[in-house]
Amino acid sequence: MNAEQTILLTGVFAASSCALVGSFLVLRKMAMMADAISHAILPGLVLAYFLANGPNLVFGVLGASLAGLTTVFLVEGLQRTGRVKSDAAIGIVFPALFALGTFMISRYFANVHLDADAVLFGEIAFAPFDRLIVAGVDYGSQPMIVLGAITVLNLALILFFYKELKVATFDPGLAAAIGFSPVMLHYGLMTAVSMTTVGAFSAVGAILVVALMIVPAATAYLLTDRLALMIGLSVGSGVVSAVSGYYLAVLIDVSISGMMTVTAGALFGLAALFSPSHGLVARAIRRSKLRERFAADLLVMHLSHHRTAAETFDSLAAELNWSPSWLERVVNRSTQEDTIQVESEAVRLTDNGRLAADRIAASLEPAR
Amino acid sequence: MLDLLHDVIFDYTLRNVALGSALLGIVGGVLGSFAVLRRQGLLGDALAHTALPGICLAFMLTGLRTPLVLMAGAAITGWIGTLIIIKVVQDTRISEDSALGIVLSVFFGIGIVLLTYIQQSNNANQAGLDRYLFGQAATLVQSHVITMAVLGGAALLCVALLFKEFKLLSFDPEFAASIGFPVGKLNVLLTSLIVIAVVIGLQTVGVVLMAAMLVGPAAAARQWTNRLSVMLGLAALFGAAAGVSGAMISVTASRLPTGPMVILCMTAIVIVSLLFAPERGLVWDAVRQRSSRRRILQGGPG
Amino acid sequence: MDSEEALDRLPVAVRDLTVAYRDTPVLWDVDVSMPEGKMIAIVGPNGAGKSTLIKSILNLVPLTSGNVTIYGKTYKAQRSMVGYVPQRGSVDWDFPTTTLDVVQMGMYGKLGWIRRPGKRERDVALECLEKVGMASYANRQISQLSGGQQQRVFLARALAQDAQIYFMDEPFAGVDATTERAIVDIMRELRESGKTLVVVHHNLETVPEYFDWVILLNVRVIASGPVEEVFTREAIQKAYGGRMTFLPDSVGEPSGPLRRAESLGD
Repeated sequence: MNAEQTILLTGVFAASSCALVGSFLVLRKMAMMADAISHAILPGLVLAYFLANGPNLVFGVLGASLAGLTTVFLVEGLQRTGRVKSDAAIGIVFPALFALGTFMISRYFANVHLDADAVLFGEIAFAPFDRLIVAGVDYGSQPMIVLGAITVLNLALILFFYKELKVATFDPGLAAAIGFSPVMLHYGLMTAVSMTTVGAFSAVGAILVVALMIVPAATAYLLTDRLALMIGLSVGSGVVSAVSGYYLAVLIDVSISGMMTVTAGALFGLAALFSPSHGLVARAIRRSKLRERFAADLLVMHLSHHRTAAETFDSLAAELNWSPSWLERVVNRSTQEDTIQVESEAVRLTDNGRLAADRIAASLEPAR
Repeated sequence: MLDLLHDVIFDYTLRNVALGSALLGIVGGVLGSFAVLRRQGLLGDALAHTALPGICLAFMLTGLRTPLVLMAGAAITGWIGTLIIIKVVQDTRISEDSALGIVLSVFFGIGIVLLTYIQQSNNANQAGLDRYLFGQAATLVQSHVITMAVLGGAALLCVALLFKEFKLLSFDPEFAASIGFPVGKLNVLLTSLIVIAVVIGLQTVGVVLMAAMLVGPAAAARQWTNRLSVMLGLAALFGAAAGVSGAMISVTASRLPTGPMVILCMTAIVIVSLLFAPERGLVWDAVRQRSSRRRILQGGPG
Repeated sequence: MDSEEALDRLPVAVRDLTVAYRDTPVLWDVDVSMPEGKMIAIVGPNGAGKSTLIKSILNLVPLTSGNVTIYGKTYKAQRSMVGYVPQRGSVDWDFPTTTLDVVQMGMYGKLGWIRRPGKRERDVALECLEKVGMASYANRQISQLSGGQQQRVFLARALAQDAQIYFMDEPFAGVDATTERAIVDIMRELRESGKTLVVVHHNLETVPEYFDWVILLNVRVIASGPVEEVFTREAIQKAYGGRMTFLPDSVGEPSGPLRRAESLGD
């Protein structure tokens, strides 16, 4: 396997493993907790490095997972004291832990390969040179293998606990009632997030891990209402971001992980604008149609409500507080629908319009 | 200790560092208080990260490293990021939390791309943009401090003049609208002031940890008082104390980046406040609980 | 239709008001007039648009159609005649401020930009706290207040607005009996001095006892007028739809065994 393939595959695994847990983070509104975890595992990594006397995979994963869970505990504990609100709790805990980590690095490890910049935005280009060597045998690129393993693990977790995760995400009360512990699932998910972060760390760095977890999942959330499809789409858009980001980065010679984030952001932007179900454009069109429909109904109701024979354009515009041009548009529409007729500046209901008014009135009662 | 004091007064670098970090602490503390009370603590985090591409773009467009230019760039992308967050939350099904995470990480990614682009384009003048990641107080010179003082002073003046308006806006925006406050405009103004607080701190604390300089002083100050005006004053004091002590440690001990040191000092203040502040301190809670338990035990069952 | 002159004497006139949230109608072609010097209840099931009606009168939500006038002019022009008591749950009671300070906020509108409250405002605020029986709590941090006390503080803030018309959004929600009694007494006092009170109310049982005038609302106005005339079994049933299974036998009699609409709605 050549260097390029290794980098690409590492990126694909990073994107997939992140997107798998990310879907649940987005649905459970815990995106910023993931941001906090991704920063806060730094002291755990440093401590592991210190204890193992150098880079050590097992120590690293353990230390970082522990630090990740500590973050969750601290944030939730701080919130529970009632002294600070949830956003402030996150804003206090993770900078403190991250600062502690960078302090430890610059104080004790200033000369070794563990610098804060790499922690922040990683360097996936080094992936081919970081080998997994056990008992003298070279098994290949360590980040690639680790991320591959984490992807498989996350996938297995989701397949195995799919039903439980789904219920706990959409209806925690029900989950507790039928015997799944939402708390256990919560901490399980947080553990998976921490481990995934550690794995993706060396490839894409702390902040971009957050990007790969949140952005593709949010993109998918704009495209579908079904959980399984959402997970699939978020892995898909994550992988597309990773691959296209890689080639773009090589093309203009910039940070690969940075470019992966930018492409993920671009995909999100496209989905936010053009998603047929939840995009801004579709929504705006739907809204303006609805608005006209609504206004036409309102006009009919208004005319039927005030049983005076007919109303002039001017009096209608004044009573409804509508601009003349909007009133004209609504009147035209209603004339076409044959609910009103206009005779020498006077607007009156047709028989059809009176029926329509009764129908609308009936649909309003009882509310909801 | 006295030596250090002597140096702060007479040493050019140290004086700038001390003044600069005090300023960022004061402005961050005061405006952070409003951010925290309005539950926008994490908006500060997003704002700080969205500043990075702005810094890079400002440099790429002008070729200058003047703080005012870079701060302007940071403020512009900060505002764009904020507007995107507001739009996404209002008009799509994405929650606020995810919107913050998306904008924060994507803008930061753009910043990293631009930063590496500037680096490989081999501009001799580029050195030092990456100090905006973690902050480097030692690079503060007098002109920076003057820029910070003017911007920060203007922001503080706004808060002083509009104190009652901002207070009501933060406590009960609906009532504020009912008595005729232009709530929308006040919101924009207050957010802009928070943007200023963030960009002032970027060079010293860096984009990654700047959010903590908004949240920390405010959260600590809140524990000591029940009055907003006192809270603003205390937050300014705590922010300045953390800023100055952190910067001093970073400058006097070589190789320690400023941002993390400032945040560690801030965290210490937060912890002490949470534990020992009169009335709200958690330690007193524990003491009260223990003594009431003892009373029950001594009083016997029932 | 009212003549222009009559409109000038009406505290609140709502004409052809439609309000929509995300294009579903919350209020639909509402016409309602509120007479001067009365205690007026706005009653209806959950989601009937009761709070929205108040908010659209106060210009807090955009109108799809229609007009609102306060004594014949727009809300903007008559703002100083209006006092507002929002729902207690709409603010964070852990905000670092004191009871007295919250009451002073009622005078911010009249103070104008930049000027701070001074001795005069302090005296007025203390007076208002006295009226609601909270004077001894003036310097308390607001998070130390009970629900009923919080409601009284909000009422005191509205009193400090020194208005002609008061709008109150569920002032009795979650308060103790003593507070409810105290609030009603103050409302009656205000009415005696010619003020108009418009109250979103949840408890059908107390409508005849507390109020002179009632607006039964369910997206549209079902009935509006003096309590003894319009607060009938039929109208209530119409407003609450089929969900009002336990209908009072004695609507109009204050002691009637009415149930809380709240627990029956939903």
